[in-house]
Order: sequence, then C-alpha cells, then structure tokens
Amino acid sequence: MNLILKIWRQPNSKSKGKMVTYPVENVSPDMSFLEMIDMLNEKIILKGEDPVAFDHDCREGICGMCSMFINGQAHGPDRLVTTCQLHMRKFRDGDTIIVEPFRANAFPVIKDLIVDRSSFDRIQQAGGFISINTSGNTQDANAIPIEKDDADKAFDAATCIGCGACVASCKNASAMLFVSAKVSQYSLLPQGKVEATDRVLNMVNQMDEEGFGNCTNTGACEVECPKGISLENIARLNREFLISKVKT
Amino acid sequence: MKKNNSKKIKKNGNGKNLMDSNIPKGPLSQKWTLHKSKINLVSPSNKRLIDIIVVGTGLAGASASATLAELGYNVKTFCFQDSPRRAHSIAAQGGINASKNYQGDGDSTHRLFYDTIKGGDYRSREANVYRLAEVSGNIIDQCVAQGVPFARDYGGLLDNRSFGGVLVSRTFYAKGQTGQQLLLGAYSAMNRQIGRGKITMYNRHEMMDVVIKDGKARGIISRNLINGEIQRHGAHAVVLATGGYGNVFFLSTNAMGSNVSAGWKIHKKGALFANPCFTQIHPTCIPVSGEHQSKLTLMSESLRNDGRIWVPKKIEDVKLIREGKLSPTDLNEKDRDYYLERRYPAFGNLVPRDVASRAAKERCDAGYGVNSTGEAVYLDFSAAINRYGKEEAHVKGLDENDADLVKKLGQEIVRSKYGNLFQMYEKIVDQNPYEMPMMIYPAVHYTMGGVWVDYNLMTSIKGCYAIGEANFSDHGANRLGASALMQGLADGYFVLPYTIGDYLTNDIRTGKIDISAPEFEKAENQVKSQINKLLKNKGQNSVDYYHKKLGKIMWDKCGMSRNEKDLKSAINEIKRLREDFHKNVFVPGNDKEYNEELAKAGRVSDFLELGELFAKDALERNESCGGHFREEFQTPEGEALRNDKNFTFVSAWEYNGEPSNAIMHKENLNYQEIEVKTRSYK
Amino acid sequence: MNGLALSSLAKKYSMALSGLFLVFFLFQHFTINFISIFSKDMFNQVSHFMGNNLLVQFVLQPILIFGVIFHFVMGLILELDNRKSRSQNYYMTKGSANSSWISRNMIFSGIVILSFLALHFYDFWFPEMKYKYYHFSPLDPNRYYEEMIHKFVSPARVLMYSVSFIFLSLHLLHGFSSSFQSMGINIKYISFIKILTNAFAIIIPFGFILIAVFHFYNSH
Repeated sequence: MNLILKIWRQPNSKSKGKMVTYPVENVSPDMSFLEMIDMLNEKIILKGEDPVAFDHDCREGICGMCSMFINGQAHGPDRLVTTCQLHMRKFRDGDTIIVEPFRANAFPVIKDLIVDRSSFDRIQQAGGFISINTSGNTQDANAIPIEKDDADKAFDAATCIGCGACVASCKNASAMLFVSAKVSQYSLLPQGKVEATDRVLNMVNQMDEEGFGNCTNTGACEVECPKGISLENIARLNREFLISKVKT
Repeated sequence: MKKNNSKKIKKNGNGKNLMDSNIPKGPLSQKWTLHKSKINLVSPSNKRLIDIIVVGTGLAGASASATLAELGYNVKTFCFQDSPRRAHSIAAQGGINASKNYQGDGDSTHRLFYDTIKGGDYRSREANVYRLAEVSGNIIDQCVAQGVPFARDYGGLLDNRSFGGVLVSRTFYAKGQTGQQLLLGAYSAMNRQIGRGKITMYNRHEMMDVVIKDGKARGIISRNLINGEIQRHGAHAVVLATGGYGNVFFLSTNAMGSNVSAGWKIHKKGALFANPCFTQIHPTCIPVSGEHQSKLTLMSESLRNDGRIWVPKKIEDVKLIREGKLSPTDLNEKDRDYYLERRYPAFGNLVPRDVASRAAKERCDAGYGVNSTGEAVYLDFSAAINRYGKEEAHVKGLDENDADLVKKLGQEIVRSKYGNLFQMYEKIVDQNPYEMPMMIYPAVHYTMGGVWVDYNLMTSIKGCYAIGEANFSDHGANRLGASALMQGLADGYFVLPYTIGDYLTNDIRTGKIDISAPEFEKAENQVKSQINKLLKNKGQNSVDYYHKKLGKIMWDKCGMSRNEKDLKSAINEIKRLREDFHKNVFVPGNDKEYNEELAKAGRVSDFLELGELFAKDALERNESCGGHFREEFQTPEGEALRNDKNFTFVSAWEYNGEPSNAIMHKENLNYQEIEVKTRSYK
Repeated sequence: MNGLALSSLAKKYSMALSGLFLVFFLFQHFTINFISIFSKDMFNQVSHFMGNNLLVQFVLQPILIFGVIFHFVMGLILELDNRKSRSQNYYMTKGSANSSWISRNMIFSGIVILSFLALHFYDFWFPEMKYKYYHFSPLDPNRYYEEMIHKFVSPARVLMYSVSFIFLSLHLLHGFSSSFQSMGINIKYISFIKILTNAFAIIIPFGFILIAVFHFYNSH
C-alpha cells in the first residue's frame, strides 16, 4: 500500500521544528511501523539527506525505548502495544499518518521524534528502590511468605516499561501512572513497606520538580499504556501519600 | 596455516603469559571460598580513592555498578540507550536458575554445576561453572530482598518451573518477563547509588575505545550520542558488560543496538577473544516475513512442552500449502512428518535447542518449509488442545466425544498456560494460533563466545574485566535455558566485586588518572580519525546495506550447520565486503549532532571484522559440539560428533593486524570432578 | 511547582475534598427545593430557618462561600498549571480514543456552573442579603415560596437554569467519582462508588430541572 507520512522534524533541542510530508510506497501490511520508517529512512539516506531520528531498541515491546505519537495517540491506534509492535495492517492504502514525538515539558525533544525521558530516571533515583545492599547476605528468599494476590498485583505494577505513553497521552502531561506503578510495586511487598513513607514523599516531590502536570483522573494513561497498568495504582499512590503526609 | 598457528601459540603463550586462567588450587567445591578468603582487600577509606568504569547496564553491568558503588568505589557507568533500564536483558522471558532445592526434588549445587557443564557440551571452564552454581542461591535471596516480584504459590512461597535439558524444577520466574523484573531490580539498586552520588551515569554515551597506560586499562574514550562530543574518562579499572554479538547475523533476537564494538575494541588492544563461533540458535522464533524484516522475535522454549513440530510428508502438499490452496489443518495425520519424534523417539519435541534448530533447517533445506520463504515449520497445538479438552470434559463430567466442546475446553487450558505468547504471535503474524498451527523457525539468540577472561573475570589486559554475556566463560558450546540471567547477576553482584578488589589493592596510592596523558590523547585522536573517515567517505550504500549482506553470509555459511568449503568462502566474502564497506559506505550528517547512522557505521565496521574471525574459528574447530555443527563431523545418523581428544580447549584469539592474521591460543579444559560423556537424545 | 508551593497531590486532595463538600451542600439544597413541590408551608418554614439561624448564616454560609471560591480558584490554578506542562502542543490529538470529553473539559463545565452561580446570586442571594442585612427588613416567614415562584415565570430563565444543570450533571459525572479516586479509595469499591456517584450526578441535577419546570408550569 501507499501512504502519506507527516513527520515532526526538528534538528535539535534548540531549533524550532515543523511537520514534513513524505510519501512512502509499497508498504507491506506485515511490516511493523518502525520497519516502515526504516524503509523511508533508507530512501532518505540514499538521497543524501538526514534520516528521521527515532528511539527504538528491542523491537519486541519490552525495552520502552520507542515513543511515537501516531495519529493523535501514543504508540498509535492499536491497544496494549508499543510502536514497534504496531503493524501496518492497522492502516489502509492511501492513509495520511501523522507522526509526532511524545510531548511534555518534562520530555524535551532531542531530535525529530527522540525525546529526553531522563526525568523518569531522576524520579526513580529519588526513591524507586529498597535500601538494601547487594551483598547477598540477606535472609533466605522464602523467609517471608507473600500472599499470592499481593505478589501478583506487585508484578502487574512492576511490568511498567517506562516508555512515557502515560505522560504523552495525558492532557496534563502528568506522570502519575508511572510513579504510582513503582510506588505500588513496593508498597504491596513486605520488603518495600519499611521505607514506604519516605519513598512516596520523595518520588512525588521529584515528579513535581520535573514539571509534569497534575493528575485529573481522565484515565487516558490507563487506556494508552502498552502494558495495561491500572488506575488502581494511582489510587494507591494517592492513599500512600496521604498517609505518609499525616505520619510526618 | 594451522601448523603455523600452533607454533605461534606456544611461543606467544609462554612469552606473554596471556593465558593464565588463575584457577585457585584446592578441591572444586572449596575453590571459591578459599580464593575469597585469600585475596587482597581494599580498605573502606581507600575505596573512596578508586574510580571504576562500567560499560553497559544489563544484568551484569547494572548489578556490578550498584555493588561496586555500595562497597565505596567511585563508579562511572555508561550505556548507549536513553536509560540504563533499557538494556536488552530486559527482554529475557523464561526465568533464572538457582539450586535452592525449594521443590525438594534433589537439586544441589553439584547438580546445577553438572547440568550446566553437560549442557555446554563439555567446553566450559569447570571452576567458573561451579562458582556460578554456588552463588546462584544468593541471587534469589538478593532479588527478593530488592522487591523483585517472582511468581509465588498459594502458600506465599516462591514457585519454580522446569526448563529444557534438566531433571529438576529450579527455574524462578516472573510470568514471561523475568529478565525485565531482574533488570529493574538491579536498576533500582543502581538508582539508589546514583542518588547517593556514588555512581555517575552517562546515558546515550557509547564507549569508543579503551585507554591502556603502562600495560593497564586506565580509562575509555566515549562519545556523547546526542551532541557527538568525544570525551576522555580515566579510571583504575574498566569493566565491560556489553552483552553478546548475535547482531553480526543482522537478524537475531537481540536489540537493534546490541553490538560487539566494546569487546572488539579491547580485543584490538590486546584482549583475547574466545570461542567466537559458539552461537546459540533458538528453535522457536517467529519466521522472517520479508525483506523488510529488522529483527526476530523469540517465543519461549516452554511452548515445546505442548506443541508438536511437523512439516508435510509429500512435497506436493508443501506446494499447495505455500500457494494457499491447502490448509495445514486439512492434512491427514499420515501425511504429516513429525520429524523430531521420528528422529529422536526418546526426547521427541523436547530435544535441546541446538538439535531442534538443526532438524528444522534440515527439513527446510530439503524443500519442506511451509511458508512463502520456505523457512518455517509448524508447531501444532491441536493434539494438546484435544488432550486437555478431553481431560477437562472428563473432570467436569461432560461429553468427551463432543468435538466442539472438547476444543473449547482445551483452548482454555492452553490459553491459561501460554496466553501471552499466543497473543504476541497473533499480533505479529495476524493468524490465530488456537485454530491454525504456529509457524516457527530458528533464529540467532545468544553468543556463548566472547572476551576471554581468567577466573577473576579479568581479560588479558590488566585492569580490564568482562562480565555477563560479553565474556566466554560459563556456557561452553551451548547454553541451557534460564542460565544467562543467572550468570549476568552472579558476575555482577557476587564475583566481580570481590575479584576486582584483589587487583585494585595496588592502586590505592595511584591517585586520579591523568586524562591529559599522551595515551589518552592518542586514543582520542584515533577515534576522531575513524569517525572522520566514515563521514568523509562519499559512497553510495547505506550502513544497513552492508549489515544485511554480512548477516546473509553469516547465516548461510556460519549458521546452524557449517562446512569447510562454506567457511572458507565466508572468510573471503566477508573480507571483500569489509573492503567494499570502507570504500563505498555512505554516512549522512555530521559528527556534532545526534547521528544514528554514524553510530551504526562504527558498529557494523566492527561486526565486519568479528564476522571473519568467527568464520575462522569455526573453520579451525574440526568437530561438532553444542551450537557449532560441522557437517564433516557427524555420526552416520546425522548427529554431532565431538572430538574430545583434540578439541577440549578454549580457542582464544589474539589480534594481529587483521582478523585473518589472528593467532590462536589454546586454554586446555581439565575436568577433575566430572566424566566427559557423549550427549544422546535418541 | 507554582507559587502556592503545594505538591501536586495536595492540590488534588483539596479539589476532591472541596468538591465533596459542595456535593454535600448540593444535596441539602436539593432536599429543601424538593419540598417546594409538595408543601409550600414546609418550604417556607425550612427556608426561614436556614435564612435566620445564626449558625447557618454566620458559620456554615461563609464556609460554603469559601468552599465555592476555593474549588474554583484551585481548579483554575490546576488548569493553568497543566497547560504549562506542555508548552508545545500536538499537531493532532485524539482524546476521544482514551477518555471522556467531560473529564478533559472540567474547566468549561466548571465555568458554566460558575456563571450560573453568578446568576443565582443575583437572583436570590444578593436580594436576600440586602433584605436582611442592609435594609433590615422585618422578618417574614412566608415570603420565600412566592419569591421563588416569581423567578420561574420566564421561560428563558428556566431554559438557562436547565442548561446549567445539565453541565452540573456532566461536571458531577466525572468529578464526584473522581474525588474518591483522588482520595485513594481502593478500586475494590470503585464499581459500587461509580454506580452511586453516577446516579447522584444524574438524579440531583435533573431533579433541580424538574422542580424548575414544575413551578414554571404551575405559574402559567
């Protein structure tokens, strides 16, 4: 099939960007979206021009690096997939496809479709861990039984890939789903409860400092999350934060 | 040629003493304990004076960075991705082995050690593997304390599952995302140290070269991928945790950015590269769908527990299927060739990875491949669906002869076991695997070979270490499922942090490494001139053009089965391709901006050298073992034929100007505790 | 962070709590208005109590006014804050694919409701304040019903009134249940809360409309 792509081009963080139109021909429905961009880039390179820069790595939906806003939605129209798992069979011959970077002030554009998500790393550095040394001299792994239901919920929260689709989709560019996933994972496990108070306060504080917006419970993040992280986690974060504030 | 080499081996081997594996004395089970208690330690106040560079943030790199920082060293960690959490360890599905014996099924350190050695087809170093098995239990304790949400049973205790090639249940898992959970655990430990200022993290930075001063690794040259800045970083030791080189095949289950460059750069500066031809080809991957394909997707090996692998018996049926005139579901049982069950009645569909992969290739080469490219076989769940459905109907007291009901019930059971994998398959292939048999084909997955290291994980460059998949040490010629995660974390959390201290005791008075030293300047200039050369090349082919060509040569001639003729022609073809690359590659843009093509060009240029050494190593190894199958060395039934008398060694290659001039050193493998046997799955 | 130096979550809680308080007030207001449908005397009696009880007038009324202003000001701060967090907008967004229109446009429904409140104050509250605390007019326990009926004679006014309550209904459909989420109420109860709040968000505003229409027809 043949398509028209409108892609955001921006040489670097300082310059202004614009949408540029590229036709692509002979796209196979079995291609992934990124393979279609690869094909476009091959053509651009052979013309001696600058190819479209985009983040990608594992191409199997787990590393969280790919981050395109396609036709008004993070990771495109399909559900529970990342951009690299989106296939061209979701589009029709003759379609015009709009491709933009994930936008938020906390995710400044580096080039074209690449954004800087190090704000997510800094939030994790503020408290997304259990303060235990990696010496191996801890107690036996089976010393503390954990209710299966809690362990499963902690796992579900922990499957967040940190792609930032939640921020990109939220009309407020809020990072609450991302932060709540980590807070939830640890607050559901006995190992994490020990420093739950400091963790939630520090992580929320860092999130605010990074310039993310406020959560207004629109629920867009949950729908667009490629891993289906639940809004329940945000409720849990709200609760944990309130309790921690009262405690301190 | 071979004669020449062996002469040099002796001379070089003795002269430079490149190959001392430093295995401690004493009984196997005591080696690690005794070694730890004897090696030198750096005092806490002196650790503050020592800098360590870690390159890579997968399981090995992240765990090593975190632990070294906890111990008190100043750590600088580098990754080319935008965050350390993105390293490709994140994609590991199945699980992690540990000899905890929680299931009470007779597991022990010795049994895990033995299984790993045997799985590696007796080509790994005994002492290293024993140590790996020994610390495996600690890994699980550590990860649980860190908040890794492993699967649990209803009693709240950790659950285990069993994996290929072993007789016990020792695999810990977190659904199909074990690698992700373990990596995020190590990443969180790193984050804690970054927050404390003990780790300085360099995201989107690529290591361009190692700097050697007075025979010791003293730093690296890195490139900031965002603005192209070339930087010098000094340190008292350099640790490479840069993963495997499966992408030399272009199509593999590795991430797009996975590369050999860091390992190759140190190889060119004197580190030996061991067993480059030992590659694992995983049998259950989604087949290539066309020319546009950029990477391959793995499906967990657990599928072979319930799926039966087959191709049609008659070539006419193959033709009809390819033309879409016949549905595989309409083919009679008697017209199907369940070739694994036919060839290996004892193990059937559960033969090890290397055997299953080769058998699929054999059928497809004979013309029986079932998709348009001719490179796919069926993995059929209809028998399992039927069997489970009947059982379920029986349990529920329903009609076992109602075919529709049985199918529905059976599909439910299969969904509960493999639901996420089936969904993944459907997303990619756009076919419902509950109704139609899956199509699968082997794909490059893991590289057992890598930088040669001694027992302390130090390479042949002093002060330069290699851990995880980047080194060669623990998996021999074939890796067992769920062992890669175990090795990465063992090296990073529990082995390297001890052994590196022994070396660093001599550096407590060295002081900061001076990055204005001529060695740094020289290395920096070299890097810059390589970049300039690539950019100034006014060629007409893209980087991917060469990468794809290299991949095709590798896959066709150094892939699942190899022979002398093909390997020799591969060596020539790769050499010519490399020359063509340096003449005709085109890299757009400049070096002062984000330029992925430039980064790729550097990596592919290294793959083009490694590929040749890979083929050379495969040519020299005149035997079949593990993932390395030489057509000349097989039994009359077509099984791998090992040559223990002449090849029980690690081939460690020394760089000598060109891959073709590389010099082979042999590290003989001595097995004290175990008896070397033939593997048979008949 | 903005100048008020409140964490994003503190803002969230204050929106939720002030909103819940207003919901409670709305329910109380509705109950009294509803009385007007079947008993003029009882309506007058209750209105007289509310209008002259010292606690209601000098404690609850100021709290309520503060609540309204607070909820609005905080809503505005949040809106401005949130707009600031994405200074370069998307070329194309498809919000309808992942969230309801109303959840994304609380500020608009809020402004409509606020405009209605201005009208409402103009109609009832200012005259009432003037009557009681400026002119110090004599107490008349029977004036309320007639005054109210008088306001619902104009069809235009009834229409405006109805439209405003439709927006209130929309505002509540998102806001009421959302305030529980903000306060961290466990999802286990959410489906139950969702039904309850949705029912409230529909029944109460439409009840208000019903009362207005009832009096409109009665007066013609």
